[in-house]
Amino acid sequence: MNAIVEARGLARDYSMGSGAVHALRGVSFDVQPGEFVAIVGPSGCGKSTLLNLLGAVDTADAGSLTIAGERIDRLSDRDATAFRLRRIGFVFQRFYLMPALSAAENVELPMAEARIARDERRARVQELLGYVGLAARSGHRPSQLSGGEQQRVAIARALANRPALLLADEPTGELDAATGLEMIDLFRRLNADGTTIVVVTHDAQMAAAAGRRIQMRDGAIVHGDDA
Amino acid sequence: MPIRLAMLALFRHPARTLLALLGIAVSAALLLDMVMLASGMRENFRGFLMLRGYQLRVAPKGTLPFDSDATIDSAATLVAAISRLQGVTAVSPVLGAQVQATTAGDSTVTAFTLGIYPDVQGDYEMVRGDDVTDSTSVVANERWLAVTKHALGDTVTLAVGFDPQLRTVTGERRFVVRGVARFHYIAATQPTLGMLLPVLQQLGGSERRDRASLIMVKAADDADAEAVRTRIAGISTRISAISLEGATEAVEQRLGYFKQLALVLGSISLGVGVLLVTTLITIGVNERAGEIAVLRAIGVAKGSIVGQVVMEGIVLTGVGALSGIGIGLVTAQWLEKILSDFPGLPTTFRFFVFQPRDAGVALAMLAAAGMLAGIYPAWRAASLPIAGTLRREAVA
Repeated sequence: MNAIVEARGLARDYSMGSGAVHALRGVSFDVQPGEFVAIVGPSGCGKSTLLNLLGAVDTADAGSLTIAGERIDRLSDRDATAFRLRRIGFVFQRFYLMPALSAAENVELPMAEARIARDERRARVQELLGYVGLAARSGHRPSQLSGGEQQRVAIARALANRPALLLADEPTGELDAATGLEMIDLFRRLNADGTTIVVVTHDAQMAAAAGRRIQMRDGAIVHGDDA
Repeated sequence: MPIRLAMLALFRHPARTLLALLGIAVSAALLLDMVMLASGMRENFRGFLMLRGYQLRVAPKGTLPFDSDATIDSAATLVAAISRLQGVTAVSPVLGAQVQATTAGDSTVTAFTLGIYPDVQGDYEMVRGDDVTDSTSVVANERWLAVTKHALGDTVTLAVGFDPQLRTVTGERRFVVRGVARFHYIAATQPTLGMLLPVLQQLGGSERRDRASLIMVKAADDADAEAVRTRIAGISTRISAISLEGATEAVEQRLGYFKQLALVLGSISLGVGVLLVTTLITIGVNERAGEIAVLRAIGVAKGSIVGQVVMEGIVLTGVGALSGIGIGLVTAQWLEKILSDFPGLPTTFRFFVFQPRDAGVALAMLAAAGMLAGIYPAWRAASLPIAGTLRREAVA
């Protein structure tokens, strides 16, 4: 079976003041379809940089990256945007829902951008909000929802266009312990239902829930590299 | 969805948006006024000349009607020749002269007096009383009655050739004030009289015998006015035949100052509107940088972001401009009142004439300005580095 993620020798430098920061130094790994992978490591080790490359919101200075069979390391901005819309689902630490839109509208947003027919969008919104347990809260604005509920809406939004890969950056970082556990259960359920997940986390319980852990330090994988 | 997001973004800070709308409305009002002023004078002047349907004016060679004291000699012959021309339906000769009247208090008032034929005249309309009927009757405007303290029905002594040194006149006759008239082309502040043309010519002595200052000509509806004008010009080398277009053009040249003023003020108001909208939307984009980065991260195209931000500019400008039309019409009335107090302006002349086309021009200019105003913030929004912005937002 082809890997969903094939990363080979990924490097990313940032210029800072007079010198350069080597955020990633030749990272290589694979993620197989249906895997739940946690990327762990201390702050500043390059986890979020790696996630940004996987999500095509940033480009590597060196190396190659193939996601769902498509080379994304040299995509134009337009192609990268289209790729993110249809192949990637993003979940952020701070949820980042559109405050002026309702939960349903937030979930509908990527589908509207993908020009999916209105009826189909509405049906999918109900399905997704039902899946994350928020069917009754579809008309609520983010400010009327708890942190856990907002993160569930964000997950529903990430799944809207049936992505090949779900990326999550510290999804329990803003949640209390009990809500964090609920979120971990939701990620487990998503994975059990076939979603390929890569999560960057400091949360030991979230990392434990993943099927595989990739340990990073100083921009390199120190454990869990199977490429 | 981008349109809905644009609307929601605007109303996230209602007080700020309302203040911006007010600013745009004021800019739009000023722009509308300036457009009305620039094009209104021309349109108004055309209507002003056409009050009585005379499309053509004949004046002494090289002058505009009543531009100087010059007159046309052998007026009767010329009028007869013009009347015979194909396509001419009416000819109205007019002589203008300064006439002195003795007031009820025995002082002297100088009045501008028009010699006309009442059946074809196009210079005044009756307000009350009777029109001039014979060689002893005159009509006066309200101003003349006020300064001479005479009333309708009074017998007055009129004379020409007043010598201010000797305080004497060369000709004197008694007239009865038969009616009160409103003179279209003469300032309301100017004491004015109207009498039969031959009477005024006689009163002026040999200097004004058989003379006219102006001949107004009406062409038939189905006649080509320009062709009639050419035919009139061919009668004599001593005259200028002026069409409506020619007169309008000549006046436009003289009122070029107003048009320039309107252009400058209109451009300034447009510029202020653009800067206002650009500033407001740029602030909004900066505040929503994180949201915009998230939209980009989840796959919303740059074009959608640009469309959303430009739409904010258009909506803001559009709503402000529509409100501005009302304000513009009110301020135009106020400015009209100020400008109409200008000495020497005819009573019927209007500077500001509302035409739906003007409102359309102002709205179109503002819509374009709104689009222009949204381009810079839209470019900023679309160019936000996604990863960097999200990182900054997370740290914040």
